[in-house]
Amino acid sequence: MSATEIVPPRAQSRQRRVIGLIRALMKRPRSAFGMVVIVLMVGAAVFAPLIMPHDPFEQSFDGLSMVGAPLPPGGDFILGTDLLGRDLASRLIFGTRTSLIIGVLANGIAILLGAGVGITAGYFGGWIAAVLMRFTDLMMAFPALLLAIVLAAIFQPSLLIVALVIAMVNWVQMARVIYTETRSLAERDFIQVQRALGAGHLRILLRHLLPHLLSSIVVFGTLGISTTVLLEATLSFLGVGVQPPTPSWGNIIFENQTYFSTAPWLVFFPGLAIVLLALAFNLVGDALRDILDPTLKGRH
Amino acid sequence: MQAYLVRRLLESALILLGITLVTFILLYLVPADPARQIAGRSATAETVQNIRDQLGLNDPFFVQYWRYLTSLLQGDMGRSYLQRAEVSELIAARLPASLLLMVAAIVTELILGLTIGIVAALRRNRPADHGLMIFSFVSISAPQFVIGILLLYVFAVQLGWFPIGGYGTFAHIVLPAITLGFLGAGWYSRMMRSSMIDVLGQDFVRTAHAKGLGKARIVLRHVIPNAILPIIAMIGIDIGLFMSGIVVVESVFGWPGIGQLAWQAIQRVDIPVIMGVTMVSATAIVLGNLLADLVAPLIDPRIKTK
Repeated sequence: MSATEIVPPRAQSRQRRVIGLIRALMKRPRSAFGMVVIVLMVGAAVFAPLIMPHDPFEQSFDGLSMVGAPLPPGGDFILGTDLLGRDLASRLIFGTRTSLIIGVLANGIAILLGAGVGITAGYFGGWIAAVLMRFTDLMMAFPALLLAIVLAAIFQPSLLIVALVIAMVNWVQMARVIYTETRSLAERDFIQVQRALGAGHLRILLRHLLPHLLSSIVVFGTLGISTTVLLEATLSFLGVGVQPPTPSWGNIIFENQTYFSTAPWLVFFPGLAIVLLALAFNLVGDALRDILDPTLKGRH
Repeated sequence: MQAYLVRRLLESALILLGITLVTFILLYLVPADPARQIAGRSATAETVQNIRDQLGLNDPFFVQYWRYLTSLLQGDMGRSYLQRAEVSELIAARLPASLLLMVAAIVTELILGLTIGIVAALRRNRPADHGLMIFSFVSISAPQFVIGILLLYVFAVQLGWFPIGGYGTFAHIVLPAITLGFLGAGWYSRMMRSSMIDVLGQDFVRTAHAKGLGKARIVLRHVIPNAILPIIAMIGIDIGLFMSGIVVVESVFGWPGIGQLAWQAIQRVDIPVIMGVTMVSATAIVLGNLLADLVAPLIDPRIKTK
């Protein structure tokens, strides 16, 4: 940007940066693939009632063979049916909603919690940092899945509870990253100047520190959705996540796993959906890290 | 170094103490009544009360916690509510199977991950590199239960090369080890690739080329050994991944380890067993992290032990 150029108003420049970021993502084959998958999945979740070929909860008579076995893919049921004769394609499309709702909700809470803890500890330092960061160390040493299962068993799992449980396990990574960055930023002159000028803590945190931390929050927030999607699938597969009959990709496999040798499509298609969504967020997150963190340029 | 070691050991002990407290609070909050589980459905309220008294469940929280902590320090993890055995015996009986599985998984992930990383770095930005990196992205995006069930379907059900589940022979361990090591293979391949690229760009490699050494010799004798070192230091951190992974992998393959023990205990609210497995896992994770922190400065003296 040359010195003579008129600096656009804040909102406009932010909009421009977002558009620039999306352009950069679409230029790279891997992240472009990820973006396309994410857009398609979000589309499927939003327009689920319009594109589902059948009712995902209907146990149809036509959905089972003469001997009562699930139907393989093809014909009227494009991806086959499950043990109760429900259309797998429709259940997968409906399951996209479950995965994305929990992914966004759990990850949103984890970001707020993690970034909140990290920024507070990094800015104030001293005993506040000592207490908060020792606590994150403690959470790091917890066997994450065991903790999630115990939590899910304590509270009767609903969508919100599952999201909260996942957030409780997943905020730690974000807290550590943000803590390290805030600590180095807080020492810098432009923050010290604000302190000397008598700016309030909240103002410094939100107006001066947060903007510098946004790239990390965006990168780890995106990668975090992938972790969240995988954890939700795993909890649901173990039967302590999203409860049937609400379809989630994980609980579809949970319900049908004993029949995987005769009806492998009931594991294959939901498994594929989970991998695709997690992969998409990993690819986009990884590309965002390359784009937003210039110190990593050339290493990949 | 000694002061650092002492400080890290103290920190680790404090972390473990914190974990006993948090786990105990969580399990204290479990709404299901263990006494009711032991007594059975037809038991009278009086019987249930007696059992609660015997187990000390009517005592205040801190009394219960203190009792747990003091016996834990003496190596006593209590008795299982539902199986007639000490928790330590139950865990000791199942730990070897889990350790075996984890060692096999470490071997798998290192062989897979390092090979992929090395090949990708040597073929940097060519089709082979892109293909391998996409594979590594897929491997970190695939849930273990999906990998496990698909491997079972292809190699056990369809091809019949391996048993469907269970424990005992070498053939039994192959599929669970691949399943548990698959995720780590993805991480290792990416770290190995960037570590190789770093080393390939350093001056001593250029000097070796200038001296007229053959490319194969440079890569095998100089680049790979240097690139592997920082990777090896991270094995300790894997313990955390494995401790979560074994719950799923052991349940899919019917592997009789502590993951399966934990899963059964959670389903039946066998609180002493849940506490026990959590503590054993947490101790393993803390020791793994400690090991990684202690090994790193030995390998790379630039890392200071402040």
